[in-house]
Amino acid sequence: MSSSPGFLVTSFVSGLLFALGLGVSGMTHPDKVVGFLDITSLERWNPALLWVMVGAIATFAVLRLVLGGRPKPVFAPDWGHIPKPSRTIPGKVMLGNVLFGVGWGLAGYCPGPALVSATTLGSEPLLFTAAMALGFIVAEWLSPSPWLGLPPAGAAPKP
Amino acid sequence: MTLSYPFFDAHALLGGILIGAASALLFVANGRIAGISGIVGRLVGSLLPFPGNLRATFAAGEGMWRLVFLAGLVAGGLTLGAWSPEFSTPRGTSAPWLLIAGLLVGTGTRIGWGCTSGHGVCGIGRFSPLSIYATLIFMVAGFATVALVRILGLSI
Repeated sequence: MSSSPGFLVTSFVSGLLFALGLGVSGMTHPDKVVGFLDITSLERWNPALLWVMVGAIATFAVLRLVLGGRPKPVFAPDWGHIPKPSRTIPGKVMLGNVLFGVGWGLAGYCPGPALVSATTLGSEPLLFTAAMALGFIVAEWLSPSPWLGLPPAGAAPKP
Repeated sequence: MTLSYPFFDAHALLGGILIGAASALLFVANGRIAGISGIVGRLVGSLLPFPGNLRATFAAGEGMWRLVFLAGLVAGGLTLGAWSPEFSTPRGTSAPWLLIAGLLVGTGTRIGWGCTSGHGVCGIGRFSPLSIYATLIFMVAGFATVALVRILGLSI
């Protein structure tokens, strides 16, 4: 179950490694992120984020293919929390991603780097993170709406 | 016109490998997607109405591991800070724009079912078409936003 010591220890270690990865990669510098998103001039474009994505996606994909074929996860009873890949994308999910992309381009923070940067207690990441937390609550408040809901709870089994 | 930044960035690649390993650990060990907006968003989103909703989230077994994952993120941030206080440098974005951007990111990632980690790393790494579309959409929106800010000469 999700309250077993093994489940909780791996959750902590995963969060810790994730934060260290964000720091080492430089994604905790919003200027680098905006630099990557700035394709208005080749001189200003900063390709660093490309390598973060390449490293992260390749490592995750390979480890999942090698280790993810087990009948069940190590500390969970089944694969029921892994959403089934969908060939289509609902309109509201498209809208959500547009809103996210605009906010990301404006400030250069996505959720992970914002939270990790907030530990510096700098006013910029703290203010952004507080507004993001408010956004999480707003999304929850909108969730009863059929066209602006959160992902369905209890996704289909099997990765 | 040429690149002023080096095309290859070894730190970025190494950090990416760590992020991918962290995501694979949560996937293989716990059968969960390491999506920051999903993990933290569900936790923060259940704060209201307080404390009933939060209690229900914990009772469903969806509270504690999320809180522990968040504690891991914070511990990682504090470790980075002890190692080099300059690991995160502000960009100088003004308070009103930070508020607007944060609200958009918080609401958008929940309505959009994920962010850079859940869609961009885990979703693409699982070859999920939905996550590939989602990543293309938020990247294009990001490119367009930065371009628009430049073209309009906005000081944000």
